[in-house]
Amino acid sequence: MRPALSTARAGGQFAATLLAATLLAAPAIAQEGQLPHPGWSFSGPFGTFDRAAAQRGFQIYKEVCSNCHSLKEAYYRNLEGIGLSEEQVKAVAASVTVPTIGDDGQPAERPALPSDHFKSPFANDKAARAALNGALPPDLSVIVKAREGGPDYVYGVLTGYGEPPAGMKMGDGMNYNRVFPGHQIAMPQPLQADQVQYSDGTKPTLDQEAHDVVTFLTFIANPEMESRKQIGVKIILFLAMLTGITYVVKRRVWSDVH
Amino acid sequence: MAGLHKSDYKNPVVNWIDTRLPLFTMMNKEYAVFPTPKNFNYFWNFGALATVTLLLMIATGVFLAMNYTPDSNMAFDSVERIMRDVNYGWLLRYAHANGASMFFIVVYIHIFRGLYYGSYKTPRELLWMLGVVILLLMMATAFMGYVLPWGQMSFWGATVITNLFSAFPLVGNAIVTWLWGGFAVGDPTLHRFFSLHYLLPFVLIGVVFFHVVALHITGSNNPLGIDVKSPQDTLPFHPYYTIKDSVGLCVFFMVWAAFVFFAPNFFGDPDNYIPANPLQTPSEIVPEWYFLPYYAILRSVPNKLGGVCMMFGSILVLFVLPWLDTSPVRSARFRPIYRALFWVHVVACIALGFVGAHRPEGWWVVLGRVATTYYFLHFLVLLPIIGKLERPLPLPESISRPVIPPRGGGGPLPGGAPAKPMEKP
Repeated sequence: MRPALSTARAGGQFAATLLAATLLAAPAIAQEGQLPHPGWSFSGPFGTFDRAAAQRGFQIYKEVCSNCHSLKEAYYRNLEGIGLSEEQVKAVAASVTVPTIGDDGQPAERPALPSDHFKSPFANDKAARAALNGALPPDLSVIVKAREGGPDYVYGVLTGYGEPPAGMKMGDGMNYNRVFPGHQIAMPQPLQADQVQYSDGTKPTLDQEAHDVVTFLTFIANPEMESRKQIGVKIILFLAMLTGITYVVKRRVWSDVH
Repeated sequence: MAGLHKSDYKNPVVNWIDTRLPLFTMMNKEYAVFPTPKNFNYFWNFGALATVTLLLMIATGVFLAMNYTPDSNMAFDSVERIMRDVNYGWLLRYAHANGASMFFIVVYIHIFRGLYYGSYKTPRELLWMLGVVILLLMMATAFMGYVLPWGQMSFWGATVITNLFSAFPLVGNAIVTWLWGGFAVGDPTLHRFFSLHYLLPFVLIGVVFFHVVALHITGSNNPLGIDVKSPQDTLPFHPYYTIKDSVGLCVFFMVWAAFVFFAPNFFGDPDNYIPANPLQTPSEIVPEWYFLPYYAILRSVPNKLGGVCMMFGSILVLFVLPWLDTSPVRSARFRPIYRALFWVHVVACIALGFVGAHRPEGWWVVLGRVATTYYFLHFLVLLPIIGKLERPLPLPESISRPVIPPRGGGGPLPGGAPAKPMEKP
């Protein structure tokens, strides 16, 4: 077993190096301000989602982000992946109404089901722009996969607001952000300390809120992550053993060749 | 001449089939007892690895196609549905997406193996040229596959690459409109790319089949680059090379799995998780890593048509390589000057890859031009000349009786030191 285990560890290090390389490969951002690296429960080959953080993050999405940002690729049933029970998921879904066609053929509304997509705040992009000074809030379903730097980047934007440096001319209605490309972002600072009240007693500092919602969004972008990594460890172990056995057989077969 | 095949198989069912369609005899001849040089190193694994990768790409791709919708309004969401709704859909998609990168890694190593050991030289010219056709088909297939998720990089990559054809005078713009099926990359483009992306792998299978047939006519090259002289130089393909290929395959699967399960988006561009938007150009349009060297050549030429011609030329020059290299000695092991130039060429190709990933500014432009120049100089000038000037080291008498040690230069050994690959400790 020992060679197989050490191979798995080497595989883990290999994967960790790869992950590190992905995060480091962000030259465009490095010029515009350093990305924070707060450290994540889900990083590394054995990383899992911190359920409590992801649930607090869902609370933040629900109370803050969802006013403007959709999560349209995700389903309410996905919430079971961060530890909500089936009943809780049903209750979350039922608290939202979604459009449907009634039996009379007329547009109607019904409570959402766990199998429904998250309801978007706006009917379409134009409605969003009309309501938000022309800016279009991006869908957050895969946001951590859609930005160089991933979770670190999203965390950096959420915690990167501040006063613009002296002499920088800001556009009308724009806000300064250390991490956002170009440093001018249409979204006003979305999270402040004590923005929400956590029921588990965690102190809602800005860092804590950003950390929690990024954990949630990373889960939403990669709902398969935990089972993917678990399967991966088994497959790498299996292949390591198979490589060893195959190599021994190969040596046997070739032993009569001179 | 028509007539039944005389089969040696004892099993009556096998014998009955083999008499009428000698598949069993053929497989036995071509894959079991097939005489193969006994001195292959592990670089000779990569042909088998490429074949397996092609089959796995088709297998995963067929299942992806069952769940994918090639409509510009639905493609992006249908990929996300594969990731979230289809059982193990994420595994299919990540295996397929990383498989494209694995395929190119394996094929590039396979090509450089051929370049180092002179596998393109007579009598294997046609075998080599079929390989270049395979590379071109792979590139077309990979490019169109990358368009299918309909993310920002899909859309803008497709726009940039198809626009290359507009560089041709007179007919250029008409060709581009014809490729697009409209006046911009759009829904008809996506539909036809999906259709062709599904078709071309089967064309690839056909060309791979001819590649293998040609290989089995000429026989494999080997690290010494000398011809097989006697049966002592060879081993039956099975079990010796089936098991050796299996070792390489296991290691290869481990590398592939490491990416699929632990860093599935390592080779991808984050921008491709943003749905395609024809009104918003990404800050940088970068092709997948396996196209970066060609992209660097394209951008190193300050003239659009010139750049396009050089880019296509960088592949087309490989077709005539067997006639550009004038040296009769195949393996670089016995060609000290070529061996050095080979490594310079490898460095130039890797440098072009890095150049392709950076904006064409400052030193990157200079480096790109130097590496591009060397790339063509190597094939068009240096190979024809050094073939005539170089004094190769003495060649071994035969594979089983090398007169010099198998690795490096050095003087001759006492004759008859047998090669003992992979002996038990």
